[in-house]
Order: sequence, then C-alpha cells, then structure tokens
Amino acid sequence: MIEVDGINSYYGKAHILNDLSFSIGAGEVVSMLGRNGAGKTTTLKSIMQLIRPQSGTVSFQGREITRLAPHQVAKLGLGYVPEERRIFTDLTLMENLEVGRQPFREGAPEWTVDILFDIFPNLKERRHNRGKALSGGEQQMLTIARTLMGNPICLLLDEPSEGIAPVIVEQMVDTILNIKKQGVTVLLSEQNLHFARLVADRAIIIESGEKRFEGSFAELESQPEVMEAYLSV
Amino acid sequence: MSLLFAQLLTGLADAATLFLVASGLSLIFGVTRIVNFSHGSFYMLGAFIGYSLMQVLPGMFGFWASVLLAGVAVGLIGVIVEICVLRPIYRAPELFQLVATFGVILIIQDVALFTWGADDLLGPRAPGLTGIVRIMGEPVPKYDLALIAITPLVLFSLWYMITKTRVGILVRAATQDREMVGALGVNQAWLFTGVFFLGAMLAGLGGAIQLPKGGADLLMDFNILAAIFVVVVIGGMGSLPGAYAAAVLISVLNVYGVTYIPQSTLVLMFVVMAVVLMIKPFGLFGREEVAGEHGQVGEPERPIKPAGPRGRLMVAGLIFLLALIPLSGSNFAQILTTDIITFALFAASLHFILGLGGLVSFGHAAYFGGGAYVAALLVTHLGANMEIAFVLAPFGAALGAVMIGWLCMRRTGVYFAMLTLAFAQLIWSLVYQWDEFTGGDDGLVDIWPAAWLNGTSVYYYFTMLFGIGGILALRHVAHSPFGYALRASRDSTRQAEATGIHTKRVQWAAFSFAGAMAGLAGALFVFSKGSVFPTELEIAKSFDGLIVVFLGGVKTLSGGVVGAASLELVKDVLTRFEYWRLSLGVLIIVVVILAPNGIVGTLHKLGERLGMTGKTEDR
Ligand SMILES: Nc1ncnc2c1ncn2[C@@H]1O[C@H](COP(=O)(O)OP(=O)(O)OP(=O)(O)O)[C@@H](O)[C@H]1O
Ligand SMILES: [Mg+2]
Repeated sequence: MIEVDGINSYYGKAHILNDLSFSIGAGEVVSMLGRNGAGKTTTLKSIMQLIRPQSGTVSFQGREITRLAPHQVAKLGLGYVPEERRIFTDLTLMENLEVGRQPFREGAPEWTVDILFDIFPNLKERRHNRGKALSGGEQQMLTIARTLMGNPICLLLDEPSEGIAPVIVEQMVDTILNIKKQGVTVLLSEQNLHFARLVADRAIIIESGEKRFEGSFAELESQPEVMEAYLSV
Repeated sequence: MSLLFAQLLTGLADAATLFLVASGLSLIFGVTRIVNFSHGSFYMLGAFIGYSLMQVLPGMFGFWASVLLAGVAVGLIGVIVEICVLRPIYRAPELFQLVATFGVILIIQDVALFTWGADDLLGPRAPGLTGIVRIMGEPVPKYDLALIAITPLVLFSLWYMITKTRVGILVRAATQDREMVGALGVNQAWLFTGVFFLGAMLAGLGGAIQLPKGGADLLMDFNILAAIFVVVVIGGMGSLPGAYAAAVLISVLNVYGVTYIPQSTLVLMFVVMAVVLMIKPFGLFGREEVAGEHGQVGEPERPIKPAGPRGRLMVAGLIFLLALIPLSGSNFAQILTTDIITFALFAASLHFILGLGGLVSFGHAAYFGGGAYVAALLVTHLGANMEIAFVLAPFGAALGAVMIGWLCMRRTGVYFAMLTLAFAQLIWSLVYQWDEFTGGDDGLVDIWPAAWLNGTSVYYYFTMLFGIGGILALRHVAHSPFGYALRASRDSTRQAEATGIHTKRVQWAAFSFAGAMAGLAGALFVFSKGSVFPTELEIAKSFDGLIVVFLGGVKTLSGGVVGAASLELVKDVLTRFEYWRLSLGVLIIVVVILAPNGIVGTLHKLGERLGMTGKTEDR
C-alpha cells in the first residue's frame, strides 16, 4: 500500500529524515513510535508531500507520489490527520466536514455524515457550533471525521491520543479499530506504547529520523533495551 | 428634510461602485493574502470595456449586458494576471507580490491608453433609466434608484455564495489554513484563481456600472485606490457586510460634505477612518489579526555586519567617482545624478523602516513631498531664506511622521500599511484642495536655492553632501544600539519586550526618523527643481519608493540605494519611448519573478555560488 524508500527530508538546512525506508501492507494498522522530535510528524508529512523529500521515493498503491502536490496525493485516497488538529475554527462543524468531502472512491469504504455521527455521537449535537467552540476531544474527533469524509483508502494519523481525556482515548481506540474493520489501512504516529499496542498490528520505531526497529509488539517487548533506548517508558 | 433624504439616496447610489470594488479587494485579500494594488486598474478596465460594449450593444438589454460582460471580461483579465504574474511568486514573501501587482498597474495604464486614447470618455446614459423621479419634491435620478436596489442584491448573492455554497466554504477554509485545505484534496491553485476571477469581476462591474454617473478616464485606477482601502479598513478586512456599511458611510458623508463643506471632500473620508479606528481598532466588522500573520518580509536575513574595509573602500571609490561628474561638464549627467541621489535618500529612508523595522509604509511620499512643501511654503509665504527653509523641512516632515506614526502604530501588518497610505492621501488631498495656501494643482514655483548655491555644479555638490550624508546617517543609526533594538522589535516583539525594549516606542521613533530623512530628500528635491507639485505626495510616488526597495532588496542596507539608482536610470531610458509604462511594468514583473531576493540580494547569492561564500558583507 505505502512504500517509503530511502527518503531524506529537511527543514531548511536541518537534515531531519535520514534514508528512511519502510512499507505498509493493505489493511494493516502500523504504529510509528518514538520520542518527541524523533521525526514521526516529518515522516507523515513527507508521505503526504507537505514536505518534499529531497531524495528517495514514496509510492502509494504502486504509484510514485513523490512529485505530486498534497491535494493530488489526497485525491489518490491518502487521508491525513494532522497532529495539531487544524480545525477550521471559523467554520461550523458541518462546514469542516464539507471541506473534507470527496467523491466515493473504488476500493474504499464510503463515509457519510450520518455514519460518522454514529461513530462520533458527541459531534452530532454540536454540528452547528463553530470549530473554536469545540473542546479538545471534540476537535480531535472532528479532525478524524473530516478526513474520513474524503473516503480514504489509507489514513495517516498523527498522535490521535495526544492531549485528550482518558475516556476519550478509549473511544479513540474503538474508532481506530472500527476504521480498520472497514478495510482502511492506517499508519499512525504515537508516543504512547500502551495505546499503540491496543490498535496496531505492528510497530516501527524512529529516532533522529532513522528507523531503529520494525516488528510485532511481542518482538518489541522481548527487547527491553530497544524500548529503553528509544521510548520514554 | 426632503433635501437631506434626497442626498442620502445619492450617497447610497454612490456606495454601489465603492462597495463592488472594495468587496473584490477584500475577497482577494482574504484568501490569497495579497493586497492587490492593481484592483483600481481592474475597475478602470471595467469602465473602458463597458463603454466600448455599450457602443455596440443597443437598448436597455444591451446596456445591462454590457455591464455584465465587462465584469466577466475583467474577471478573465484577473485570471490571466493571477496565473501569469502571481502564481509563480506565491511562495515569495507576500509583500513582494505587491510590487508585482504594481507592475500590472503600469501595464494596464498603457494598454488602456493605447486602446482607448488619452481623452476622457463620457459615460452613456442607461436606456430606460434616463429621467428623474421626484421623491418628496426632490429630483432623484432613476439610475440612482436602480443602483440603490442592485447593491443589496449583489451583497446578498455574495453573502449567499460565501456562506452557503461549497465553494464559499472552501474559500473561507482557505482563508484560515490553505495548506490543510490542500491536504484534504482541494486544489488551492484553482481556488485562488476562482477568487481572483470573482474579485476582479466585481471591480469590473463597479467600473461599468458607474459609467452613466461618471465615465472612463485614465486616472480612475489611482483615484479609487485610496477610497477602497479606506472602505476595507473601516469595514474590517475580509468582511462583506463591513465593506457595504463602510461604503455607504463614506459615500453618504461625502455627499453631505460636498454640499456643506465643499473644500473638505477629499479629506473627509480619512477623518472618518481615523475616528472609526479610534473607536473600533479592527474596523466595524473586522476581527483581530493573528500576530505575525502579515507583514512578514521573508526568511530571516543574515545578520547585517558593518562594512568591512573592502566595502568601505568601494563606497569611498564610488563617492570619489560621483564627485568627478561635474568635471565632465555635462549638465545632463549632473541633473540625472542629483535626481538619483535625492531619490536614493528617499528610498533609503523607506528601507530603514521597512527592511530594518518591518513596518511596511504605503505612504512614504507624504514625508518626501511633505519636506518639499514645508520648504516651499516657508519660502512662499514667509519669504524665508533658503537655508532656513532647507533646515526646517526635515523637521516639518518629522513632525508629520510623529503624528501619523502615533496613529498608525496602533495597528500592525496590512492595516498599518493601509493606514499609512490613507494618511498620505489625507496630506495629498489637503495640499490639492487648499488652493490659496498650497497652490493646489498648480503647485508652488520659484523656490530656488540661495545665490551661493545657484549653479548646477554647486548644487550638485550640495546634494552629494546632504544626500549621501543622509544615507550614511541612516546606515550609522542602523548599526547603533537603536538599530539593533529596531531589528529585535521586528523579529520578535515578545523577546524584544522581554529584554526591556519598548518596541512600539522604538518603531515610532524609527518611523519619525525615516520621515525626517525623507523630508531632507524632499528639501533637496524642491530646491533642485525650483518648484513642487502635489504629484510628489501621490500614491504613485510612495509606490516608486516601495518598488525600489523591493527590487533593490529588502534584506540589504544598500538595497534601497541600488534600487533607486537602477530605477531612475531605467526610467530615464524608458521614458523616451511612448509606452514606457508598459515596458517598466513588464520589467518589474520579470525582475520580481526571476530575482525574488532583489538585485543586491541576488548578486549576493550569485557571489556565494561563485565561491565567494563568507566574504559577502553588507555594502
Ligand atoms: N518547522 C520546523 N522547522 C525546523 N525544524 C523543525 C520543524 N518542525 C520540526 N522540526 C524539527 O524536526 C525534528 C523532527 O520533528 P517532528 O515534528 O517530526 O517530530 P515528532 O516525532 O513528530 O515529535 P513529537 O512527538 O513531538 O510530535 C525535531 O528535531 C524538530 O525540532
Ligand atoms: Mg509529531
């Protein structure tokens, strides 16, 4: 589904990603783990072409997307949920969903406003509220729902559990499992190992923009020195 | 009472054009963050194209079809401008895009001159709406009533489009976070183009619809610019109802102004603006800007170092060469160089607040022309000595800058820029309308230097002394602790405040100092020409300064000076051709697209690439 092959990404002159390669299979849920500043967000942005890797390639469904604009990547069926949520605060909740709407896509589940309100019941009550009137948890729900409106084949989720209350975190786990059940491939970034283990099939550990581990959670737990070195557990 | 009401109706009718044009400007700014200076040109094109269409399309249907078609045509021209000129430079610092739109103004001026000629065109009457109706006994043109009815319809349609349709939702989303809209699968490029189409079309409609009340002439572009800026600032940037309310307010007050205080008409709207901003700093319907959102001038610059020995040597060499020019005996070379030095000082003073202070002033001509007028008025009315007038001119300009600066300093970014422009226009209109005192359009003449300075070469050296002296003084201050405080205030208000710098006060002082130096340039100017006219206070003059600073390079101290010299030389060559504005406009756009760091910045970069890295120093 996604092939990342030897990408190098920069912010100005700062070299952030260093020959990073990995691949994600169709229907998988994979979690990237790593400390603050490890390069998780940069990786997701490099896949989305919000940052252009200076070398290396990213392919999606066998097609190279490294030279495309973000909106073209999105149109191919990659959905991106940013870490900072980036809700349109001046728009109502319904309008936020409308911005994300894309036509039905072959090979991906179709999400409608009604289906999304079933998954996120809190959003339904607030549908006429402006983005800025929503709580942090509601904004987090909305940003995922907004991206699902584009009927993505694959979802890039940046730290979905960050900064939300424990109850909502549980809800988030159900949501991601639900999305997976519908057949959407998910690549998420996480700092919370516990959360990642609940939702993901596999883990990739990143540190200083390099891959340090790739494998199942069972393998990861059998290597406490890896966990100690690269995760804040 | 009935007269008052009839006047109210006239004001409402006048508001139609103002609203149409201003709402387009506001819309374009909201989404693209570009202050489209060429908006007045779109308005002018709407009038000319509408005029031509009305000549061929007969009757009432023909008239309204012409208005609509003119709007669509101008919308398409806007699309061409967006795709050819702005698209290549969206990534450039946003203020650079201003310069590009200024190039568009010049091109459109010549295209209009070439196509429609220099004569003013009288607008045709609207068939079916030619007469008057009596309302409470007062005559009201039928066409006015039509305009009064149409404007709310346009407002409603726009409002509906923006709030209720998908396109409108995307536009509003893009206003807030373009990148995110793109990541959700929307091609922003086309969204921008669409918004440009709509904005330009509104301007074109405004131009065509005012034909029966006005007409079409080549001055329309600049004439409406200040007014629409005022409307947008009063109404609140990006607010359509705000633009409507402000257009009505300005137009109605203007009608009463014409009747009761006729000599104040041009000044009135700026007074209204000042009052509104005192009470509501973000306009009637505006919201607070996010700090740091506008007014950014690109990536952080390399630290400015004092000139090294090599740089000093080059400057000394240049000054030496300049001092030799009178020996050539060429009057022409001396006069041209005098102009260049004067202009370079003006540009350097603008660069001082813009580049170092991060304060984009759209109205710097007020201090240049202001200095010139202070000197000329002292000579004319008080019979002052040239020496005294010359010395007092920079102080006069500084005083103006202190007062205007105090008012503008309450705002930042694009609002600051528009305020400076509006106040410059206020000064311009004062001078223009106060015939008895300032000579109005005829200017002030016979302002010659003292006897001992009379003579091209003597005055040339005098200009060198004060012009170059002024530029060096600006440089000196830039490297003083005050200069560092100014740059600190530009880069991070919060950090600067934390280190004990009173940022607003520093910026205010810088603004005033720049005003004084511009005034000095104005004083040099007036005694070299022997006269001064309101043109020296015009928007076009301020824009000349901006172009020069941006083309020269915002990041380098010498940018203003190099830009000024280049522009004066280029103008000297180009003005010999009939369509020089066109050539200059194209040249500006090409430079903006090819050399986004300005001339000096690009030379620096070239130098680095040729292996001179680390040796570049500020010259
Ligand atoms: N806009 C930027 N400009 C310069 N450097 C940046 C920028 N954004 C991030 N960085 C740097 O890039 C590195 C990787 O950042 P990134 O945001 O990818 O980390 P992350 O793994 O997502 O961290 P977190 O868990 O805190 O979100 C960090 O060292 C960070 O300081
Ligand atoms: Mg991150």
